[in-house]
Amino acid sequence: MSGAAAERMGWVPAPRQGWVAPHIASELPGLGIAWVEVDAKPGRSPEPVRRRLRDLSDRTYGSQAIRVRERPIPWAYRVFYRQIGLDPDRTRTPIEQLTLDRLHDGGFRSRGLPADALTMAIVETGVALRAFDAESIEGGLCIRDSAPGEKLGEQEIEMAHGTLTIADERKPIALLFGRTAAGNAVERASRRIAVAAVQVKGVPQIAVEEALWMAAATLESA
Amino acid sequence: MPALLRGEELAGVGVGLDERAARLQLRDQIARLEAELASLFGEAFGHTEIRHRVDARSAEPRVLGLGELEAVRDSLADRVAEARIELAERARVETDNRELLRRMLAAPADFKWVRISRADVGEPGCGAWHSRPRLGPIGMLMGWWRVKVSSGCPLAGRLAAVEHEA
Repeated sequence: MSGAAAERMGWVPAPRQGWVAPHIASELPGLGIAWVEVDAKPGRSPEPVRRRLRDLSDRTYGSQAIRVRERPIPWAYRVFYRQIGLDPDRTRTPIEQLTLDRLHDGGFRSRGLPADALTMAIVETGVALRAFDAESIEGGLCIRDSAPGEKLGEQEIEMAHGTLTIADERKPIALLFGRTAAGNAVERASRRIAVAAVQVKGVPQIAVEEALWMAAATLESA
Repeated sequence: MPALLRGEELAGVGVGLDERAARLQLRDQIARLEAELASLFGEAFGHTEIRHRVDARSAEPRVLGLGELEAVRDSLADRVAEARIELAERARVETDNRELLRRMLAAPADFKWVRISRADVGEPGCGAWHSRPRLGPIGMLMGWWRVKVSSGCPLAGRLAAVEHEA
């Protein structure tokens, strides 16, 4: 189902497509960012969400942790990590990190919302998702490299020039596949959450939309 | 010298385009090598350990240059080559062990106390083949040797003693 069709049926708002700085897009074709915004409060997950997490735990085995990197979407993220200088065995891709946590903890532990909504969508689709406080974002999201002297967040240290970031119209709000600026993370006072998907070459658009719908629908239903 | 200046400009653009094409090609090679390494990692798991780590080139994500991409590509190619050698060596050892097991089953007395696990012959699960004498010391003195097959993995579940304690 397309985003527009789903919106007509009254589900969640259609994903918005962000932009990628042209010189980065030409180097890393297929890179993209899309996001949805949902009215939702962070907090303890309701029982239906926790039950779905338990069901998901029962469907995730140790053998999958070994083979997950061979599946097309997790593989695409591993490749992209290599291409941007990261070691995916040290800075894990979201799906691999969650699969390892599942093995370590014996199940997907509920960490409340929006984390549980993201966990379910990431494990089901393999797509890398992030959550931000939507009210702290100015305008749309984009992927760009940092300018000389630019900082991530007000109080934080300077980023190296050329660091790949997720940014709004004013400033970087997170490192691409890294930490989020303090002022843009979802906190107890947040009332509107932006769920963002980072798409890389090899990740189909339908998987990105599905991941966003899944996470947004879980947040809306809570 | 407008013609010369123009020529220099174009030459510069050409180098830029060539380098970008080279970087794209290197990224494709990295993708292929990563797929191969992932497959080898899955194949090796539980049989042998392979080196699959390639150190990060950067603490934070950024667009890598030609030299850095080459270094990543070369490291991945090295890992793939090492993994292939390791797996071939492991396959050879497992074949030898299977042959040893076949001979041990045919003549247990010739392989006294030899123990071959399922892992040694590349089979999943627990268990082992063990050449042991029947009836302990009597069998040893009489030369009554046999291959005992262990019963496999322990059953999942709580021990009876734990149940009693509960």
